[in-house]
Amino acid sequence: MGAMSVKLTIIEQMEQIAREHGKILAPLKEDLVLADCGLDSLGFAVLVARLEDKLGIDPFTAAEDASFPVTLGDFVKVYEHGAR
Amino acid sequence: MIRSDRIGSGPKPRTLRDAIAAAAQPRFFFDRGGASVCFTELGRGTSLDARLPDLAGSAVLLATASQLTSALALIELDGVARRILILPPDARAEHLAAVTDIAGIDAVVADDGTPNHEALQRSTRITCAPALAPMSDSLPPAMRTEWLLLTSGTTGVPKIVVHDLASLTAALHVPSPADGAGVWGTFYDIRRYGGLQIYLRALCGGASLVLSSAGEPIADHLLRLAAHGVTHLSGTPSQWRSALMQPETCGLAPRYVRLSGEIADQAILDGLRTVFPHAAIGHAYASTEAGVAFDVNDGLAGFPANYLDAERNGVAMRIVDGSLRIRSGAVASGYVGGAALADASGFVDTGDIVERRGERFYFAGRKGGIINVGGLKVHPEEIEAVINRHPSVRMSLVRGRANPVTGSVVVADVVLKNEAEEAASRPAQLALKDDILQLCREALPRHKVPAAISFVAALNVAATGKLLRRQG
Repeated sequence: MGAMSVKLTIIEQMEQIAREHGKILAPLKEDLVLADCGLDSLGFAVLVARLEDKLGIDPFTAAEDASFPVTLGDFVKVYEHGAR
Repeated sequence: MIRSDRIGSGPKPRTLRDAIAAAAQPRFFFDRGGASVCFTELGRGTSLDARLPDLAGSAVLLATASQLTSALALIELDGVARRILILPPDARAEHLAAVTDIAGIDAVVADDGTPNHEALQRSTRITCAPALAPMSDSLPPAMRTEWLLLTSGTTGVPKIVVHDLASLTAALHVPSPADGAGVWGTFYDIRRYGGLQIYLRALCGGASLVLSSAGEPIADHLLRLAAHGVTHLSGTPSQWRSALMQPETCGLAPRYVRLSGEIADQAILDGLRTVFPHAAIGHAYASTEAGVAFDVNDGLAGFPANYLDAERNGVAMRIVDGSLRIRSGAVASGYVGGAALADASGFVDTGDIVERRGERFYFAGRKGGIINVGGLKVHPEEIEAVINRHPSVRMSLVRGRANPVTGSVVVADVVLKNEAEEAASRPAQLALKDDILQLCREALPRHKVPAAISFVAALNVAATGKLLRRQG
């Protein structure tokens, strides 16, 4: 899957989860701090689960370092690296 | 319909022989392949090669390969053996030596299908044949026989639960729509508690019994049940959901449909009422240790809150830390080899969590099955009950999936009623998944709504008939 599709998939899923959870998303820019994006921890949990189904990877469980990405741009990069 | 040989109308039988002597007409065990044995003839015959007197006072392991020979042997052994350890079909070979040692087994009843296992080479080995031979010896005076059953659902050496005919038949004396059978059928194996209850209902109630058979395709079993005119039929909710996927189920005309062994959700109760509009439908709550506690015949899931108010039919119930505890004459007397089965007041903890809503209690799930989603506790069974309400869904399994953010999230595997819907185009599948999730969102808090749904062709069910919560 091309890098552009990974990003689109992530954005699409975030928007869908926000709808399902009745949340309003902040504008999804590269430097958006995820903690402020509008999704809570359950929303992120569901996002990671759905991305595992759509992109085939859960890069956080596989990774050695346990730090969760800070910005949306970092988050997308983790998946782009993993999806290769 | 009142029957003169209905349970409760005469004195309690002391042994199974006494019970079948009361039968007004010949009754049969019906096995696969057309085999049948008239068990009411056992008063005058034996299936144990005339060696029953050798087993007087013995601790007998019942290790036949077929249910039919077990069914016959139990009638003969009750009252003669000191104890009978009933080996279930899925007993693991590596546990046999431990179990036979703990139970002090000194004799084995086998049939010609029993595998040769070192632990089965005991001093006395008797072969049971599925046919009766005349027996002229008189029997020793009847003794109270212990019936030993193995617990299921654990991976280590199973615990050995001690019952006798009195505790196993305690619930049979409570009048219920389960009475008055002409022919019982069951999806269970009679060597596990749920199936054993049906076996005893048939024998004590003067009915014939159609035995299930391991490996028999469900369609064939259903045809066999219909051919014998089964009037009363019992199984787990999972077995019933599988049966409802088969067209052959429509050829059955039972008067009474019974569910036990798992939570009976409203969807399966309603589904059965649709297929069997003229049958009484009841679900029974029981476990190997606690025995049968009650049955519910009002067509609704859960049970009335007033069942807890006072002892009912000899059964006392209470709730401790959310889980149901039971004390009654149907409770096992203990485990062989020591561990306590009941608390200080004689109540057995069933491990089933119940929740009250209004004037009714509902089964939320097993204590040990809780999924932790970000610190919030989730019972998979509760979510399955909601998903199962969707008109396109036949059955579902909810699992926890490991998640780096909340520890676990809830995901669901769903079997659809209609194969065509499962194989439909992706957009159609996605629309159906969304619809199921919408149902969940309306009924459940966010953390209980599945993060993902997969459509699967089937769900694995254990030998006990219960949904396997670890699939594969």
